[in-house]
Amino acid sequence: MSITKKIVIYSLLILSFLIMMFPIFYALMISFMQGGEVLRGNIIPETLTLENYQSAFEKVPLIQYLWNSFYVSSVVMLGQIIVSSLAAFAFVFVSFKGREFIFFLFISTMMIPWEATMVPNFLTIQKLGWLNSYSSLTIPFFALAFGTFLLRQQFKTIPKELYEASQVAGISRFRFFWNVVLPVSKTSLITLGIYSFLTTWNMYLWPLLVTNNESVRTVQIGLKQLQSQEISTEWGVVMAAVVVVILPTLILLFLGQKRLQKGLTQGALK
Amino acid sequence: MSSTPSLSTEQINVKQAEFKGKRELPSFVVGLLYLLPSILLFSVFLFYPMLRTLYLSFFLTDGQGVPITFVGFENFTYLLQSTSFQKSIKATILFVIYTVPVGVILALFLAVISNEKVKGIGFFRTMFSSTMGMSVAASSVIWMFMYNPAIGIFNKILVAIGGSETQWLLDPKYALLSVAVSTVWMNTGFAFLILLGGLQNIDEHLYENADIAGVSYWYKLRKITIPMLSPTLFFIITVSLINSFQTFGQIDILTKGGPVESTNVIVYSIYKEAFINYNVGSASAQATILFFCILIVTILQFKIGERKVHYQ
Repeated sequence: MSITKKIVIYSLLILSFLIMMFPIFYALMISFMQGGEVLRGNIIPETLTLENYQSAFEKVPLIQYLWNSFYVSSVVMLGQIIVSSLAAFAFVFVSFKGREFIFFLFISTMMIPWEATMVPNFLTIQKLGWLNSYSSLTIPFFALAFGTFLLRQQFKTIPKELYEASQVAGISRFRFFWNVVLPVSKTSLITLGIYSFLTTWNMYLWPLLVTNNESVRTVQIGLKQLQSQEISTEWGVVMAAVVVVILPTLILLFLGQKRLQKGLTQGALK
Repeated sequence: MSSTPSLSTEQINVKQAEFKGKRELPSFVVGLLYLLPSILLFSVFLFYPMLRTLYLSFFLTDGQGVPITFVGFENFTYLLQSTSFQKSIKATILFVIYTVPVGVILALFLAVISNEKVKGIGFFRTMFSSTMGMSVAASSVIWMFMYNPAIGIFNKILVAIGGSETQWLLDPKYALLSVAVSTVWMNTGFAFLILLGGLQNIDEHLYENADIAGVSYWYKLRKITIPMLSPTLFFIITVSLINSFQTFGQIDILTKGGPVESTNVIVYSIYKEAFINYNVGSASAQATILFFCILIVTILQFKIGERKVHYQ
Protein backbone atom coordinates (compact mmCIF):
# COMPACT_ATOMS: atom_id res chain seq x y z
CA MET A 1 0.00 0.00 0.00
CA SER A 2 1.39 3.38 -0.98
CA ILE A 3 2.09 6.05 1.62
CA THR A 4 -0.42 8.45 0.07
CA LYS A 5 -3.16 5.88 0.22
CA LYS A 6 -2.30 5.10 3.82
CA ILE A 7 -2.50 8.77 4.75
CA VAL A 8 -5.87 9.14 3.01
CA ILE A 9 -7.27 6.04 4.71
CA TYR A 10 -6.08 7.08 8.16
CA SER A 11 -7.40 10.63 7.75
CA LEU A 12 -10.81 9.31 6.72
CA LEU A 13 -10.82 6.81 9.58
CA ILE A 14 -9.84 9.38 12.18
CA LEU A 15 -12.25 12.00 10.90
CA SER A 16 -15.13 9.50 10.88
CA PHE A 17 -14.12 8.31 14.32
CA LEU A 18 -14.22 11.85 15.72
CA ILE A 19 -17.63 12.59 14.23
CA MET A 20 -19.24 9.24 15.05
CA MET A 21 -17.95 9.08 18.60
CA PHE A 22 -18.58 12.70 19.47
CA PRO A 23 -22.07 12.21 20.97
CA ILE A 24 -20.84 9.46 23.29
CA PHE A 25 -17.74 11.44 24.25
CA TYR A 26 -19.87 14.53 24.85
CA ALA A 27 -22.25 12.62 27.12
CA LEU A 28 -19.32 11.24 29.09
CA MET A 29 -17.80 14.71 29.54
CA ILE A 30 -21.10 16.27 30.62
CA SER A 31 -21.57 13.51 33.17
CA PHE A 32 -18.42 14.68 34.96
CA MET A 33 -19.35 18.37 35.01
CA GLN A 34 -20.86 20.58 37.65
CA GLY A 35 -24.18 22.26 36.86
CA GLY A 36 -22.75 25.71 36.09
CA GLU A 37 -20.24 24.37 33.62
CA VAL A 38 -22.93 22.54 31.68
CA LEU A 39 -24.94 25.76 31.37
CA ARG A 40 -21.89 27.65 30.13
CA GLY A 41 -21.70 25.13 27.33
CA ASN A 42 -18.26 23.69 28.06
CA ILE A 43 -17.16 20.56 26.28
CA ILE A 44 -14.27 19.51 28.51
CA PRO A 45 -14.94 19.64 32.27
CA GLU A 46 -12.68 21.88 34.34
CA THR A 47 -12.76 19.51 37.25
CA LEU A 48 -13.93 15.93 37.28
CA THR A 49 -16.73 15.29 39.70
CA LEU A 50 -18.62 12.09 40.39
CA GLU A 51 -21.48 13.88 42.15
CA ASN A 52 -23.74 13.47 39.13
CA TYR A 53 -23.45 9.71 39.35
CA GLN A 54 -24.28 9.79 43.01
CA SER A 55 -27.39 11.92 42.45
CA ALA A 56 -28.51 9.81 39.50
CA PHE A 57 -28.60 6.78 41.77
CA GLU A 58 -30.40 8.77 44.46
CA LYS A 59 -33.05 10.41 42.28
CA VAL A 60 -34.37 7.24 40.68
CA PRO A 61 -33.98 3.66 41.87
CA LEU A 62 -31.33 3.06 39.23
CA ILE A 63 -29.98 -0.08 40.90
CA GLN A 64 -33.43 -1.66 40.84
CA TYR A 65 -33.89 -0.68 37.18
CA LEU A 66 -30.46 -2.01 36.23
CA TRP A 67 -31.25 -5.28 37.95
CA ASN A 68 -34.63 -5.49 36.19
CA SER A 69 -33.03 -4.90 32.81
CA PHE A 70 -30.29 -7.39 33.54
CA TYR A 71 -32.74 -10.04 34.70
CA VAL A 72 -35.15 -9.53 31.80
CA SER A 73 -32.35 -9.49 29.20
CA SER A 74 -30.78 -12.66 30.62
CA VAL A 75 -34.08 -14.51 30.71
CA VAL A 76 -34.97 -13.49 27.14
CA MET A 77 -31.48 -14.49 26.05
CA LEU A 78 -31.84 -17.96 27.53
CA GLY A 79 -35.40 -18.30 26.28
CA GLN A 80 -34.48 -17.34 22.74
CA ILE A 81 -31.50 -19.67 22.70
CA ILE A 82 -33.56 -22.64 23.91
CA VAL A 83 -36.65 -22.06 21.77
CA SER A 84 -34.69 -21.16 18.63
CA SER A 85 -32.29 -24.07 18.91
CA LEU A 86 -35.13 -26.56 19.38
CA ALA A 87 -36.86 -25.22 16.27
CA ALA A 88 -33.65 -25.10 14.25
CA PHE A 89 -32.91 -28.70 15.21
CA ALA A 90 -36.26 -29.83 13.84
CA PHE A 91 -35.67 -27.93 10.62
CA VAL A 92 -32.33 -29.63 10.06
CA PHE A 93 -32.54 -33.10 11.58
CA VAL A 94 -36.20 -34.14 11.71
CA SER A 95 -37.75 -34.45 8.29
CA PHE A 96 -41.51 -34.77 8.24
CA LYS A 97 -44.41 -33.86 6.06
CA GLY A 98 -45.41 -30.22 6.41
CA ARG A 99 -41.98 -29.02 7.48
CA GLU A 100 -41.74 -26.75 4.46
CA PHE A 101 -45.02 -25.15 5.39
CA ILE A 102 -43.92 -24.50 8.95
CA PHE A 103 -40.68 -23.07 7.67
CA PHE A 104 -42.67 -20.70 5.51
CA LEU A 105 -44.69 -19.76 8.59
CA PHE A 106 -41.44 -18.82 10.33
CA ILE A 107 -40.38 -16.67 7.39
CA SER A 108 -43.76 -14.95 7.38
CA THR A 109 -43.29 -13.85 11.00
CA MET A 110 -40.56 -11.54 9.74
CA MET A 111 -43.12 -9.67 7.67
CA ILE A 112 -45.27 -8.77 10.65
CA PRO A 113 -44.16 -5.55 12.27
CA TRP A 114 -44.30 -6.04 15.97
CA GLU A 115 -45.90 -2.61 16.41
CA ALA A 116 -48.92 -3.69 14.38
CA THR A 117 -49.68 -6.31 17.02
CA MET A 118 -49.03 -4.28 20.14
CA VAL A 119 -52.61 -3.32 20.96
CA PRO A 120 -54.02 -6.88 21.08
CA ASN A 121 -50.81 -8.03 22.75
CA PHE A 122 -51.27 -5.44 25.44
CA LEU A 123 -54.86 -6.63 25.96
CA THR A 124 -53.68 -10.25 26.15
CA ILE A 125 -51.07 -9.37 28.75
CA GLN A 126 -53.70 -7.46 30.70
CA LYS A 127 -56.07 -10.44 30.64
CA LEU A 128 -53.31 -12.78 31.78
CA GLY A 129 -52.66 -10.40 34.67
CA TRP A 130 -49.06 -9.97 33.56
CA LEU A 131 -48.90 -6.16 33.66
CA ASN A 132 -45.98 -5.08 35.83
CA SER A 133 -44.47 -8.53 35.87
CA TYR A 134 -41.32 -10.02 34.43
CA SER A 135 -43.42 -12.46 32.40
CA SER A 136 -44.81 -9.74 30.16
CA LEU A 137 -41.29 -8.51 29.43
CA THR A 138 -39.81 -11.91 28.67
CA ILE A 139 -42.13 -14.70 27.50
CA PRO A 140 -43.60 -12.97 24.41
CA PHE A 141 -40.09 -12.61 22.99
CA PHE A 142 -38.82 -16.18 23.36
CA ALA A 143 -39.64 -17.24 19.80
CA LEU A 144 -37.38 -15.59 17.26
CA ALA A 145 -37.33 -16.39 13.55
CA PHE A 146 -33.97 -14.70 13.06
CA GLY A 147 -32.43 -16.82 15.82
CA THR A 148 -33.88 -19.97 14.33
CA PHE A 149 -32.44 -19.17 10.90
CA LEU A 150 -29.07 -18.31 12.36
CA LEU A 151 -28.85 -21.61 14.24
CA ARG A 152 -30.26 -23.57 11.33
CA GLN A 153 -27.34 -22.36 9.22
CA GLN A 154 -24.94 -23.56 11.89
CA PHE A 155 -26.67 -26.93 12.45
CA LYS A 156 -26.55 -27.61 8.71
CA THR A 157 -22.77 -27.70 8.90
CA ILE A 158 -22.90 -30.71 11.23
CA PRO A 159 -22.27 -33.80 9.08
CA LYS A 160 -25.38 -35.84 8.46
CA GLU A 161 -23.28 -38.99 8.92
CA LEU A 162 -22.82 -38.09 12.54
CA TYR A 163 -26.55 -37.98 12.97
CA GLU A 164 -27.09 -41.23 11.11
CA ALA A 165 -24.42 -42.91 13.19
CA SER A 166 -26.09 -41.81 16.37
CA GLN A 167 -29.41 -43.09 15.06
CA VAL A 168 -27.90 -46.44 14.27
CA ALA A 169 -26.43 -46.47 17.75
CA GLY A 170 -29.88 -45.89 19.12
CA ILE A 171 -29.06 -42.59 20.76
CA SER A 172 -32.24 -40.65 21.20
CA ARG A 173 -32.75 -37.53 19.12
CA PHE A 174 -32.89 -35.34 22.13
CA ARG A 175 -29.57 -36.67 23.47
CA PHE A 176 -28.00 -36.07 20.08
CA PHE A 177 -29.38 -32.53 20.20
CA TRP A 178 -28.18 -31.92 23.74
CA ASN A 179 -24.84 -33.74 23.73
CA VAL A 180 -23.66 -33.20 20.16
CA VAL A 181 -25.48 -30.41 18.34
CA LEU A 182 -25.49 -27.80 21.10
CA PRO A 183 -21.85 -28.20 22.20
CA VAL A 184 -20.45 -28.00 18.67
CA SER A 185 -22.57 -24.93 17.97
CA LYS A 186 -21.33 -23.00 20.97
CA THR A 187 -20.07 -20.06 18.90
CA SER A 188 -23.38 -19.49 17.16
CA LEU A 189 -25.25 -19.83 20.43
CA ILE A 190 -23.04 -17.17 21.98
CA THR A 191 -23.55 -14.90 18.98
CA LEU A 192 -27.30 -15.26 19.29
CA GLY A 193 -26.99 -14.69 23.02
CA ILE A 194 -25.15 -11.40 22.56
CA TYR A 195 -27.71 -10.28 19.99
CA SER A 196 -30.63 -11.22 22.26
CA PHE A 197 -29.16 -9.51 25.28
CA LEU A 198 -28.38 -6.30 23.39
CA THR A 199 -31.79 -6.01 21.76
CA THR A 200 -33.69 -6.81 24.94
CA TRP A 201 -31.65 -4.44 27.08
CA ASN A 202 -32.37 -1.68 24.57
CA MET A 203 -36.10 -2.39 24.17
CA TYR A 204 -38.21 0.69 24.67
CA LEU A 205 -41.82 0.69 23.48
CA TRP A 206 -43.03 -2.56 25.04
CA PRO A 207 -41.60 -1.93 28.55
CA LEU A 208 -43.13 1.52 28.35
CA LEU A 209 -46.55 -0.06 27.80
CA VAL A 210 -46.51 -2.89 30.31
CA THR A 211 -44.67 -1.40 33.29
CA ASN A 212 -45.83 1.50 35.37
CA ASN A 213 -44.09 1.03 38.67
CA GLU A 214 -40.57 0.61 39.95
CA SER A 215 -40.69 -3.09 40.68
CA VAL A 216 -40.11 -4.34 37.12
CA ARG A 217 -39.49 -1.16 35.12
CA THR A 218 -36.39 -1.41 32.95
CA VAL A 219 -33.54 1.02 32.92
CA GLN A 220 -34.51 2.53 29.55
CA ILE A 221 -37.84 3.66 30.92
CA GLY A 222 -36.07 4.80 34.07
CA LEU A 223 -33.90 6.99 31.88
CA LYS A 224 -36.91 8.56 30.25
CA GLN A 225 -38.41 9.15 33.68
CA LEU A 226 -35.23 10.81 34.95
CA GLN A 227 -34.90 12.88 31.80
CA SER A 228 -38.44 14.24 32.02
CA GLN A 229 -37.95 15.07 35.71
CA GLU A 230 -34.58 16.77 35.46
CA ILE A 231 -34.65 18.15 32.00
CA SER A 232 -33.80 21.83 32.27
CA THR A 233 -31.77 21.83 35.40
CA GLU A 234 -29.50 18.88 35.83
CA TRP A 235 -28.12 17.65 32.55
CA GLY A 236 -25.07 16.30 34.33
CA VAL A 237 -27.19 13.89 36.33
CA VAL A 238 -29.12 12.78 33.25
CA MET A 239 -25.89 12.15 31.35
CA ALA A 240 -24.47 10.18 34.27
CA ALA A 241 -27.51 7.92 34.02
CA VAL A 242 -27.02 7.67 30.25
CA VAL A 243 -23.45 6.50 30.79
CA VAL A 244 -24.57 3.92 33.34
CA VAL A 245 -27.23 2.62 30.96
CA ILE A 246 -24.99 2.30 27.89
CA LEU A 247 -21.93 0.90 29.65
CA PRO A 248 -23.03 -2.75 29.95
CA THR A 249 -24.13 -3.06 26.33
CA LEU A 250 -21.12 -1.18 25.00
CA ILE A 251 -18.78 -3.52 26.85
CA LEU A 252 -20.72 -6.53 25.59
CA LEU A 253 -20.59 -5.16 22.05
CA PHE A 254 -16.86 -4.45 22.22
CA LEU A 255 -16.19 -7.98 23.43
CA GLY A 256 -18.47 -9.65 20.94
CA GLN A 257 -18.24 -7.37 17.92
CA LYS A 258 -16.36 -9.82 15.68
CA ARG A 259 -18.66 -12.71 16.47
CA LEU A 260 -21.75 -10.62 16.13
CA GLN A 261 -20.65 -9.35 12.77
CA LYS A 262 -20.04 -12.88 11.51
CA GLY A 263 -23.27 -14.21 12.94
CA LEU A 264 -25.44 -11.38 11.69
CA THR A 265 -24.04 -11.67 8.19
CA GLN A 266 -24.66 -15.41 8.26
CA GLY A 267 -28.20 -15.08 9.47
CA ALA A 268 -28.96 -12.28 7.06
CA LEU A 269 -27.82 -14.04 3.92
CA LYS A 270 -28.85 -17.61 3.77
CA MET B 1 -24.11 -27.94 29.02
CA SER B 2 -22.18 -31.17 29.09
CA SER B 3 -18.95 -31.74 27.24
CA THR B 4 -18.75 -33.00 23.69
CA PRO B 5 -19.08 -36.77 23.66
CA SER B 6 -16.86 -38.85 21.50
CA LEU B 7 -18.73 -41.39 19.47
CA SER B 8 -16.32 -44.29 19.64
CA THR B 9 -17.55 -47.61 18.35
CA GLU B 10 -17.60 -49.22 21.78
CA GLN B 11 -19.85 -46.51 23.08
CA ILE B 12 -22.14 -46.79 20.11
CA ASN B 13 -22.47 -50.51 20.72
CA VAL B 14 -23.29 -49.95 24.36
CA LYS B 15 -25.87 -47.33 23.47
CA GLN B 16 -27.36 -49.59 20.86
CA ALA B 17 -27.87 -52.28 23.44
CA GLU B 18 -29.44 -49.84 25.86
CA PHE B 19 -31.95 -48.43 23.44
CA LYS B 20 -32.90 -51.59 21.60
CA GLY B 21 -36.59 -52.22 21.50
CA LYS B 22 -37.53 -48.68 22.41
CA ARG B 23 -40.43 -47.55 20.23
CA GLU B 24 -39.93 -44.52 17.97
CA LEU B 25 -42.50 -41.76 17.76
CA PRO B 26 -43.53 -40.87 14.21
CA SER B 27 -41.21 -38.14 12.96
CA PHE B 28 -44.15 -35.82 12.38
CA VAL B 29 -44.87 -35.80 16.10
CA VAL B 30 -41.21 -35.48 17.01
CA GLY B 31 -40.75 -32.54 14.64
CA LEU B 32 -43.79 -30.77 15.99
CA LEU B 33 -42.61 -31.31 19.55
CA TYR B 34 -39.36 -29.47 18.83
CA LEU B 35 -41.25 -26.73 17.03
CA LEU B 36 -44.05 -26.50 19.55
CA PRO B 37 -42.62 -23.73 21.75
CA SER B 38 -42.00 -21.50 18.74
CA ILE B 39 -45.34 -22.25 17.12
CA LEU B 40 -47.19 -21.66 20.36
CA LEU B 41 -45.47 -18.35 21.06
CA PHE B 42 -45.82 -17.12 17.50
CA SER B 43 -49.50 -18.02 17.54
CA VAL B 44 -50.27 -16.26 20.80
CA PHE B 45 -48.06 -13.20 20.46
CA LEU B 46 -47.84 -12.66 16.71
CA PHE B 47 -50.39 -14.38 14.49
CA TYR B 48 -53.37 -14.04 16.79
CA PRO B 49 -52.76 -10.34 17.59
CA MET B 50 -52.13 -9.60 13.90
CA LEU B 51 -55.44 -11.17 12.93
CA ARG B 52 -57.08 -9.45 15.86
CA THR B 53 -55.70 -6.11 14.67
CA LEU B 54 -57.13 -6.72 11.20
CA TYR B 55 -60.45 -7.69 12.78
CA LEU B 56 -60.61 -4.71 15.14
CA SER B 57 -59.87 -2.31 12.31
CA PHE B 58 -63.44 -2.94 11.08
CA PHE B 59 -65.04 -2.07 14.40
CA LEU B 60 -65.82 0.76 16.71
CA THR B 61 -64.48 -0.28 20.08
CA ASP B 62 -64.65 0.85 23.67
CA GLY B 63 -61.56 2.04 25.53
CA GLN B 64 -60.69 -1.53 26.50
CA GLY B 65 -60.56 -2.67 22.90
CA VAL B 66 -63.85 -4.57 23.02
CA PRO B 67 -65.53 -4.33 19.61
CA ILE B 68 -68.96 -2.65 19.77
CA THR B 69 -70.26 -2.06 16.26
CA PHE B 70 -69.11 -3.30 12.91
CA VAL B 71 -68.38 -0.30 10.72
CA GLY B 72 -66.82 -1.90 7.64
CA PHE B 73 -64.16 0.30 6.08
CA GLU B 74 -65.30 3.37 7.95
CA ASN B 75 -62.17 3.52 10.12
CA PHE B 76 -60.09 3.54 6.96
CA THR B 77 -62.13 6.09 5.04
CA TYR B 78 -62.18 8.28 8.11
CA LEU B 79 -58.40 7.99 8.46
CA LEU B 80 -57.70 8.75 4.83
CA GLN B 81 -59.79 11.89 5.09
CA SER B 82 -58.37 13.09 8.37
CA THR B 83 -55.70 15.74 7.98
CA SER B 84 -54.01 14.43 11.08
CA PHE B 85 -53.45 11.00 9.53
CA GLN B 86 -52.40 12.52 6.23
CA LYS B 87 -49.78 14.46 8.14
CA SER B 88 -48.68 11.29 9.84
CA ILE B 89 -48.27 9.48 6.52
CA LYS B 90 -46.37 12.43 5.11
CA ALA B 91 -44.09 12.53 8.17
CA THR B 92 -43.44 8.79 7.90
CA ILE B 93 -42.57 8.93 4.21
CA LEU B 94 -40.35 11.98 4.66
CA PHE B 95 -38.67 10.28 7.58
CA VAL B 96 -37.93 7.22 5.45
CA ILE B 97 -36.53 9.43 2.70
CA TYR B 98 -34.38 11.35 5.16
CA THR B 99 -32.96 8.35 6.98
CA VAL B 100 -32.61 5.35 4.65
CA PRO B 101 -30.42 6.57 1.75
CA VAL B 102 -28.14 8.66 3.95
CA GLY B 103 -27.91 5.94 6.58
CA VAL B 104 -26.99 3.22 4.10
CA ILE B 105 -24.44 5.40 2.29
CA LEU B 106 -22.81 6.46 5.54
CA ALA B 107 -22.60 2.86 6.77
CA LEU B 108 -21.24 1.74 3.41
CA PHE B 109 -18.60 4.47 3.48
CA LEU B 110 -17.51 3.46 6.98
CA ALA B 111 -17.48 -0.23 6.01
CA VAL B 112 -15.37 0.42 2.91
CA ILE B 113 -12.74 2.45 4.75
CA SER B 114 -12.73 -0.12 7.59
CA ASN B 115 -12.12 -2.96 5.17
CA GLU B 116 -8.61 -1.71 4.45
CA LYS B 117 -5.90 -3.74 6.09
CA VAL B 118 -4.04 -1.10 8.05
CA LYS B 119 -2.68 -1.14 11.59
CA GLY B 120 -5.22 -0.50 14.31
CA ILE B 121 -8.18 -1.16 12.05
CA GLY B 122 -9.80 -3.40 14.69
CA PHE B 123 -10.12 -0.40 16.96
CA PHE B 124 -11.92 1.66 14.32
CA ARG B 125 -14.23 -1.24 13.47
CA THR B 126 -15.25 -1.60 17.08
CA MET B 127 -15.82 2.12 17.44
CA PHE B 128 -17.91 2.40 14.28
CA SER B 129 -20.14 -0.44 15.42
CA SER B 130 -20.62 1.09 18.87
CA THR B 131 -23.99 2.70 18.22
CA MET B 132 -25.40 -0.80 17.96
CA GLY B 133 -24.85 -1.10 21.69
CA MET B 134 -26.58 2.21 22.36
CA SER B 135 -30.24 2.14 23.26
CA VAL B 136 -32.71 4.42 21.56
CA ALA B 137 -33.51 6.00 24.90
CA ALA B 138 -29.91 6.81 25.80
CA SER B 139 -29.06 8.02 22.31
CA SER B 140 -32.13 10.22 22.16
CA VAL B 141 -31.29 11.83 25.49
CA ILE B 142 -27.79 12.68 24.23
CA TRP B 143 -29.14 14.15 21.01
CA MET B 144 -31.76 16.08 22.92
CA PHE B 145 -28.94 17.78 24.75
CA MET B 146 -27.02 18.46 21.57
CA TYR B 147 -30.13 20.08 20.09
CA ASN B 148 -30.70 22.21 23.19
CA PRO B 149 -31.19 25.76 21.92
CA ALA B 150 -29.27 27.45 24.72
CA ILE B 151 -26.39 25.13 25.59
CA GLY B 152 -26.33 22.43 22.91
CA ILE B 153 -23.37 22.00 20.60
CA PHE B 154 -25.29 22.64 17.37
CA ASN B 155 -26.36 26.14 18.30
CA LYS B 156 -22.91 26.85 19.75
CA ILE B 157 -21.38 26.06 16.39
CA LEU B 158 -24.12 27.87 14.49
CA VAL B 159 -23.74 31.01 16.55
CA ALA B 160 -19.95 30.84 16.30
CA ILE B 161 -20.14 30.90 12.51
CA GLY B 162 -22.60 33.77 12.57
CA GLY B 163 -25.98 32.01 12.43
CA SER B 164 -28.85 32.58 14.82
CA GLU B 165 -30.10 30.24 17.52
CA THR B 166 -32.40 27.58 16.12
CA GLN B 167 -35.14 25.66 17.91
CA TRP B 168 -34.16 22.35 16.36
CA LEU B 169 -36.89 20.28 17.97
CA LEU B 170 -39.58 22.92 18.39
CA ASP B 171 -39.59 24.40 14.91
CA PRO B 172 -41.85 22.41 12.55
CA LYS B 173 -39.39 23.18 9.75
CA TYR B 174 -36.49 21.38 11.43
CA ALA B 175 -37.99 18.92 13.94
CA LEU B 176 -38.39 15.91 11.66
CA LEU B 177 -35.03 16.50 10.02
CA SER B 178 -33.35 16.76 13.42
CA VAL B 179 -34.89 13.49 14.58
CA ALA B 180 -33.81 11.94 11.27
CA VAL B 181 -30.19 13.02 11.75
CA SER B 182 -30.09 11.47 15.20
CA THR B 183 -31.70 8.30 13.84
CA VAL B 184 -29.11 7.95 11.10
CA TRP B 185 -26.44 8.06 13.77
CA MET B 186 -28.24 5.49 15.95
CA ASN B 187 -28.69 3.01 13.09
CA THR B 188 -25.20 3.28 11.65
CA GLY B 189 -23.63 0.71 13.95
CA PHE B 190 -25.87 -2.15 12.88
CA ALA B 191 -25.74 -1.36 9.15
CA PHE B 192 -21.99 -0.93 9.36
CA LEU B 193 -21.52 -4.30 11.04
CA ILE B 194 -23.58 -6.13 8.42
CA LEU B 195 -21.94 -4.37 5.48
CA LEU B 196 -18.45 -4.97 6.84
CA GLY B 197 -19.32 -8.65 7.15
CA GLY B 198 -20.47 -8.62 3.55
CA LEU B 199 -17.25 -6.96 2.40
CA GLN B 200 -15.11 -9.48 4.22
CA ASN B 201 -16.95 -12.32 2.50
CA ILE B 202 -15.84 -11.13 -0.94
CA ASP B 203 -13.24 -13.45 -2.44
CA GLU B 204 -9.72 -11.99 -2.08
CA HIS B 205 -8.68 -13.45 -5.45
CA LEU B 206 -10.92 -11.03 -7.28
CA TYR B 207 -8.91 -8.13 -5.90
CA GLU B 208 -5.61 -9.87 -6.49
CA ASN B 209 -6.48 -10.43 -10.13
CA ALA B 210 -7.60 -6.83 -10.43
CA ASP B 211 -4.31 -5.67 -8.94
CA ILE B 212 -2.40 -7.74 -11.47
CA ALA B 213 -4.45 -6.13 -14.22
CA GLY B 214 -3.50 -2.82 -12.63
CA VAL B 215 -6.96 -1.23 -12.46
CA SER B 216 -7.76 1.81 -10.32
CA TYR B 217 -9.27 1.87 -6.82
CA TRP B 218 -12.55 3.31 -8.12
CA TYR B 219 -12.77 0.72 -10.85
CA LYS B 220 -12.42 -2.04 -8.26
CA LEU B 221 -15.02 -0.38 -6.05
CA ARG B 222 -17.52 -0.13 -8.91
CA LYS B 223 -16.85 -3.41 -10.68
CA ILE B 224 -16.02 -5.78 -7.82
CA THR B 225 -16.99 -4.42 -4.42
CA ILE B 226 -20.44 -3.02 -5.11
CA PRO B 227 -21.70 -5.90 -7.33
CA MET B 228 -20.38 -8.56 -4.96
CA LEU B 229 -21.81 -6.71 -2.01
CA SER B 230 -25.22 -6.26 -3.60
CA PRO B 231 -27.04 -9.02 -1.66
CA THR B 232 -25.85 -7.55 1.64
CA LEU B 233 -26.54 -4.03 0.48
CA PHE B 234 -29.99 -5.03 -0.59
CA PHE B 235 -30.66 -6.73 2.72
CA ILE B 236 -29.57 -3.68 4.68
CA ILE B 237 -31.71 -1.35 2.55
CA THR B 238 -34.77 -3.49 3.27
CA VAL B 239 -34.04 -3.71 6.98
CA SER B 240 -33.44 0.05 7.15
CA LEU B 241 -36.71 0.71 5.35
CA ILE B 242 -38.63 -1.51 7.74
CA ASN B 243 -36.88 -0.03 10.79
CA SER B 244 -37.62 3.44 9.56
CA PHE B 245 -41.33 2.66 9.31
CA GLN B 246 -41.21 1.41 12.90
CA THR B 247 -39.55 4.43 14.51
CA PHE B 248 -40.88 5.21 17.94
CA GLY B 249 -38.42 5.78 20.81
CA GLN B 250 -36.61 8.83 19.48
CA ILE B 251 -39.94 10.50 18.64
CA ASP B 252 -41.30 9.79 22.11
CA ILE B 253 -38.26 11.30 23.81
CA LEU B 254 -37.31 14.11 21.44
CA THR B 255 -40.56 15.58 20.16
CA LYS B 256 -43.62 13.59 21.29
CA GLY B 257 -44.95 13.81 17.75
CA GLY B 258 -44.90 17.60 17.72
CA PRO B 259 -44.54 20.42 16.89
CA VAL B 260 -47.93 20.64 15.14
CA GLU B 261 -47.75 16.90 14.42
CA SER B 262 -44.76 17.36 12.12
CA THR B 263 -43.01 14.31 13.62
CA ASN B 264 -46.10 12.22 14.31
CA VAL B 265 -44.85 9.15 12.41
CA ILE B 266 -47.15 6.19 12.07
CA VAL B 267 -46.07 4.05 15.04
CA TYR B 268 -46.22 7.07 17.32
CA SER B 269 -49.64 7.84 15.92
CA ILE B 270 -50.82 4.28 16.63
CA TYR B 271 -49.46 4.50 20.15
CA LYS B 272 -51.23 7.80 20.82
CA GLU B 273 -54.49 6.64 19.31
CA ALA B 274 -54.56 3.41 21.31
CA PHE B 275 -53.00 4.30 24.63
CA ILE B 276 -53.77 7.98 25.04
CA ASN B 277 -57.02 8.51 23.10
CA TYR B 278 -58.25 4.93 23.72
CA ASN B 279 -59.47 4.71 20.15
CA VAL B 280 -58.55 1.11 19.47
CA GLY B 281 -60.50 0.75 16.23
CA SER B 282 -58.71 3.63 14.60
CA ALA B 283 -55.35 2.50 16.00
CA SER B 284 -55.97 -0.95 14.54
CA ALA B 285 -56.79 0.52 11.15
CA GLN B 286 -53.51 2.44 11.24
CA ALA B 287 -51.66 -0.69 12.32
CA THR B 288 -53.23 -2.55 9.40
CA ILE B 289 -51.95 0.10 7.01
CA LEU B 290 -48.49 -0.21 8.58
CA PHE B 291 -48.67 -3.98 8.15
CA PHE B 292 -49.44 -3.69 4.45
CA CYS B 293 -46.68 -1.12 3.90
CA ILE B 294 -44.13 -3.48 5.40
CA LEU B 295 -45.60 -6.44 3.56
CA ILE B 296 -45.12 -4.62 0.27
CA VAL B 297 -41.53 -3.76 1.12
CA THR B 298 -40.80 -7.37 2.03
CA ILE B 299 -42.44 -8.79 -1.08
CA LEU B 300 -40.56 -6.31 -3.24
CA GLN B 301 -37.39 -7.47 -1.56
CA PHE B 302 -38.06 -11.07 -2.52
CA LYS B 303 -39.10 -10.20 -6.07
CA ILE B 304 -36.34 -7.74 -6.92
CA GLY B 305 -33.84 -9.61 -4.80
CA GLU B 306 -34.25 -12.71 -6.95
CA ARG B 307 -33.83 -10.91 -10.25
CA LYS B 308 -31.51 -7.99 -9.91
CA VAL B 309 -29.08 -8.81 -7.21
CA HIS B 310 -25.84 -10.49 -8.06
CA TYR B 311 -25.33 -13.52 -5.85
CA GLN B 312 -22.02 -15.24 -5.53
